[in-house]
Amino acid sequence: MSDLSAERTRTVACVPAVTDQLADAARLAGLRAVACGDVAQLVARLAASPNELAAVVIDATSRAPVDAMATCKSLRRLDPAFAPILLVVAVDQFDELALRDELFDDFAVAPVDPREFAARLRHALVLSGAPAASSVVEHAELTVNLENYQAAISGRALDLTYMEYELLRFFATNPGRVLTRETLLNRVWGYEYYGGARTVDVHVRRLRAKLGEEHAHLISTVRSVGYRFG
Amino acid sequence: MATVTEQQANYVLRVVEERRIRFVQLWFTDVLGRLKAFHVTPAELEDALEEGMTFDGSAIDGFSRVQEADVLAKPDLDTFQLLPWHAEGEGVARVFCDISTVDGAPFEGCPRNRLRRILDDAHDEGYTFFVAPELEFFYFDSLEPVGPPHPVDLGSYFDLGTDSVVGRLRRDTVRTLEEMGIPVEHAQHEDAPGQHEIDLRYTDALTMADTVMTVRHVVKELARQARIAASFMPKPLAGVQGSGMHTHLSLWRDDTNAFVDDTDPYGLSPLAHQFIAGLLTHAKEITAITNQWVNSYKRLVPGNEAPVHVSWARNNRSALVRVPTVKKTKVNSTRLEYRAPDSAANPYLCFAVILAAGMAGIRGGYELPAEAAGNLFAHAEDSDLDMLPTSLKEATDTMAGSELLHETLGEHLVEWFLRNKRAEWAAYAETVTPFELDRYLPLL
Repeated sequence: MSDLSAERTRTVACVPAVTDQLADAARLAGLRAVACGDVAQLVARLAASPNELAAVVIDATSRAPVDAMATCKSLRRLDPAFAPILLVVAVDQFDELALRDELFDDFAVAPVDPREFAARLRHALVLSGAPAASSVVEHAELTVNLENYQAAISGRALDLTYMEYELLRFFATNPGRVLTRETLLNRVWGYEYYGGARTVDVHVRRLRAKLGEEHAHLISTVRSVGYRFG
Repeated sequence: MATVTEQQANYVLRVVEERRIRFVQLWFTDVLGRLKAFHVTPAELEDALEEGMTFDGSAIDGFSRVQEADVLAKPDLDTFQLLPWHAEGEGVARVFCDISTVDGAPFEGCPRNRLRRILDDAHDEGYTFFVAPELEFFYFDSLEPVGPPHPVDLGSYFDLGTDSVVGRLRRDTVRTLEEMGIPVEHAQHEDAPGQHEIDLRYTDALTMADTVMTVRHVVKELARQARIAASFMPKPLAGVQGSGMHTHLSLWRDDTNAFVDDTDPYGLSPLAHQFIAGLLTHAKEITAITNQWVNSYKRLVPGNEAPVHVSWARNNRSALVRVPTVKKTKVNSTRLEYRAPDSAANPYLCFAVILAAGMAGIRGGYELPAEAAGNLFAHAEDSDLDMLPTSLKEATDTMAGSELLHETLGEHLVEWFLRNKRAEWAAYAETVTPFELDRYLPLL
């Protein structure tokens, strides 16, 4: 990936750890979750490079002790104040939120529903004026996340081999264009590959199989030329 | 910039993380075509990808001898694939391995290495070999060897049977295969009760051999989950047809099908003629590989859709090599069909010897004999055509004397295979069968 700044802002730090639900939520929102166990370290890192993270999630229900409100305060005290901050709290922690609305941007009650939390993350990002997702390519029902190599069709994850992923990525980033087999061989497989146009046909057929009958038409055959996506 | 291999390794490690994979199964195949696996955790995977996993090869039939016990399994990252029947969050993936010696040289006893070597030889001459097998198998109530197995349904050829458990199982199986990137051309009920067929769409022979291993595993695994038993035994039931693996073959040179010639009455190029001649000339030598069990020869008998003669013909299902008719607008689907192999063959060795036989015809400029006429099943005995071996013993004896087979498979594999198959024959020869008891005990 060439655009490093875009890559950095797609990362969300989870304090003190990344749970499975948070990892899923981040993935659904087109983000990558990284754990940040040490609050002081997180604050120091943000102070040094304020653009490093897209969002911070503080899990106040974690078994590891974390002073959620103190962390929020430290992040807000940075110049400029860090946003968005999302909290995960237990029902019996509601009282702690009272009169501290300015310290966080949104919260969810544990156990976290990944889809709900993904929506909250996206919403918080938009409100805080973060740039639109650049590492997720969407086309009709297909989503290709260039950051974490995950592709999904209608929300169903596609389990692709490396070459299948590379081929789908190339298609999805070149929608509507007629791509010859030679172009695909050169751009997707590279010159070191020997095999010929049949290789492309075989891989396209495999990709269509994985997309499923309903979506196989996303890649259409252009007779005696090649293929078109979208 | 990172090499393709490094990028692939990163990709695989990332997928393992993102899809929360708990185990990765390292798959490989023994000499007799049985799937073997060991499991590594994600933590061990990075090392396994870089350095391979050492294991005791002498524990695996046909692998290293005791004095050279350790071998190395090296994952082929192209084949990394999630197994879709495991629950979300409990992910299991598989990757096929090549076996090498501890100092990194390709291990002689590894069937996958062997096929790759034969494909590379053909590739050096400019050819890519594509295959498309049709896999037949049976669904039974159980596989307990207590008398003849009982088919789970009593349907026959092209039966619709939409509501049956078995119909649903077969559809689920096809969907699972498609999710794994294995395109299926057709799936249908076959002739015999309980018999089904899955036809795979062509791909290069190495990928296809991996695919055959995967399909056999998926068919059995999903059947097991439905409390049914699937079997690829060549001839599980007397009196009905056995389970074949008719294999469609084509040879490509760059982007053209090297078997096509519009001006030929058969639509076949001189090269295709030579390839068929090679298959016919060496058919008897390769039969021990394409039909490797005592039971395989109960399928190769007259009258049940299986070939018995060394012959070729257009659109004649009794011939060993069939030339299917292709539409004028689809000459690129010109292909040959080799009808001897059964579903219980080792696909790596099977495709290797078929290609080697065909290539011998090309390299030696063999002459194609005349097409066989009529239904060969009707007059099996009085034909002057050569016969395929009729027993495992005849097949292994023929293989032992074949220069082509020694060259194609290498001494290590041939020696082990012959020893194993002779022992199988000896065990069979001293068995008193139900046939003998039924027929002779009351009489003699």
